Amino acid sequence: MSILINKNTKVVTQGITGKTGQFHTQTSRAYANGKSCYVAGVNPKKAGENFEGIPIYKSVAEAKTQSGCSVSVIYVPPPFAADAIWEAVEADLDLAICITEGIPVRDMVRVRDRMRDEKRRTLLLGPNCPGVITPEEIKIGIMPGHIHKKGRVGVVSRSGTLTYEAVGQLTELGIGQSTAVGIGGDPVNGLKHIDVLRLFNDDPGTEAVVMIGEIGGSDEETAAQWVKANMKKPVVGFIAGVTAPPGKRMGHAGAIISGGKGTAQEKLAVMEACDIRVTRNPAEMGKLLKSVLK
Amino acid sequence: MKIHEYQGKELFRKYGVVTPRGFPAFSVAEAEEAAKKLGGSVWVVKAQIHAGGRGKGGGVKVAKSLAEVKAHSEKIFGMQLVTHQTGPGGQKVRRLLVEEGADIAKELYIGMLVDRVTQQPCLLASSEGGMDIEHVAATTPEKIHKVFIDPSEGLTDADAEGVSRKIGVPDAALAQSRDLLKALYKCFCETDASLAEINPLIVTKGGKVVALDAKLNFDDNALFRHPELVAFRDLDEEDPLEIEASKFDLSYISLDGNIGCMVNGAGLAMATMDTIKLYGGEPANFLDVGGGATAEKVTAAFKIMLSNPKVKGILVNIFGGIMKCDTIAAGVVSAAKEVKLSVPLVVRMKGTNEEFGKKILADSGLPIISANNMAEAGERAVAAVKGRK
Repeated sequence: MSILINKNTKVVTQGITGKTGQFHTQTSRAYANGKSCYVAGVNPKKAGENFEGIPIYKSVAEAKTQSGCSVSVIYVPPPFAADAIWEAVEADLDLAICITEGIPVRDMVRVRDRMRDEKRRTLLLGPNCPGVITPEEIKIGIMPGHIHKKGRVGVVSRSGTLTYEAVGQLTELGIGQSTAVGIGGDPVNGLKHIDVLRLFNDDPGTEAVVMIGEIGGSDEETAAQWVKANMKKPVVGFIAGVTAPPGKRMGHAGAIISGGKGTAQEKLAVMEACDIRVTRNPAEMGKLLKSVLK
Repeated sequence: MKIHEYQGKELFRKYGVVTPRGFPAFSVAEAEEAAKKLGGSVWVVKAQIHAGGRGKGGGVKVAKSLAEVKAHSEKIFGMQLVTHQTGPGGQKVRRLLVEEGADIAKELYIGMLVDRVTQQPCLLASSEGGMDIEHVAATTPEKIHKVFIDPSEGLTDADAEGVSRKIGVPDAALAQSRDLLKALYKCFCETDASLAEINPLIVTKGGKVVALDAKLNFDDNALFRHPELVAFRDLDEEDPLEIEASKFDLSYISLDGNIGCMVNGAGLAMATMDTIKLYGGEPANFLDVGGGATAEKVTAAFKIMLSNPKVKGILVNIFGGIMKCDTIAAGVVSAAKEVKLSVPLVVRMKGTNEEFGKKILADSGLPIISANNMAEAGERAVAAVKGRK
């Protein structure tokens, strides 16, 4: 079992004709069941054409009708990415995964507001995220597929390469993953730690979860409180940025300690108080997870 | 991106947020000229640097004559202004703002930002203006009022007036305060600001509401649609290494330690800094080379790290996914040769073409210390730097 996506998921790529979209569509399609998962692309100017056999439609709505896709992955450049998200939402897909980095916050505020106002059911993952992978079934995003291994540990993280680091450690220890989810490093985004933890909690295929956070905001604290009250499975955690000084943005738009809030120490303390085993050594995320497995 | 107070006030005036009259000055003579143009009998000379806390550091002075304007300007212009936000070295004052004096009856606080939890703009207001607002939030949180703004409705008249009343704006000035807050919200949205702050917003003895200060930060991701704001950028206020890094699309932040780090990905870069600290060292910088690092980018990254004289060792930590380890290894080798690297270099690489990459490093003839995982990399980098002290 897995969360969000599996080998039967049908995917449409928005931005399939751009360089990034093409490259990642190729690698994702070459992974596991990718050949039958990637069924459509969108570009209004190239409707009727195809990318290496994947038909291109004029809109997400048309792609859905024609191909039966239920999940979209977005590689559209930042100025147009929020509109691309809205197009996927309007087409009533199950999930929109936005990889694009550098979308203005105001654009995200608008699209999130509209999703809430119109009570849309589409889930959003990202933006500025690596995507999601259910190992040996399907990969949607920019993560290296080969480091993953099928198994029963869920991974959720705000950062890309740090997710790979955790996955790499697990795989080296022989521990496979049910699904690995990168929720992204932007301040205004879709699924948060708490949402992904809920899904892992309900997934019979997930036994334990690695939760990776970073400085900025209070999502990790909120998720930790929820874990304490509701989670039936062990959760281990790491927070990046113990050494980050206040007021400096550490790469991700959301990774900034402001007003004395959002420090790594504070997050780690709350997580520990909520029965989440944490490590301060990022090289030991895998080992820590292993120690809580039955 | 940050801008100066006088630039913020220019924007404010454009949107109808009332400010005192004033002119920027780039020399003492210009400051005197500005005071003459303003007229009146009281002026304020304000140092223009991007950091806050200027008053406490001696960067804001009231003048009661033109001679005093000159004397204060001479003192402030060119000084190294030290505030709690500048670090111990301070920031050199290269620009002044000369304003007409104000009769202050009340000092209030106004802030605006995007709240991450509700994903809406949020107006913060307090009766405790002129103070450090973080201190107010920590000690008397009940004195901070929050208004969450529905982006499709904007800031409503009722909310703007209601919050004005709560922070003690007198009845006679409520309408003006409402208009000012609505103008601020419009300015915040249209400029893609990430932070707008007025501290203090004053009520004058004559009952007028005026923005005595202006702090505006903008969303870097939105600058592509604001060339008019990019023109406000003052490179003198930024770290030269950070400016250099931005030319190569590298995300770099100077820190105080002596181990330079080059990593791909922001989260992994922070985790690498944390690992260095864990083993008793201190990182000299945060540096994310991003997803598509080329040999040129790696060379630029090395040059930037090494131009910090504090750097006594370098740690490279790469998780190659899309980016292949052999490409990075070749980049590291050519960079090390080009900059004639003379400090210890520890490299940890993992992922795609890992073995190939390691072989390139081993065959390079360079004294590269290899590490198999992050812990080993941190430990070895710290040991290598300590051995050189």
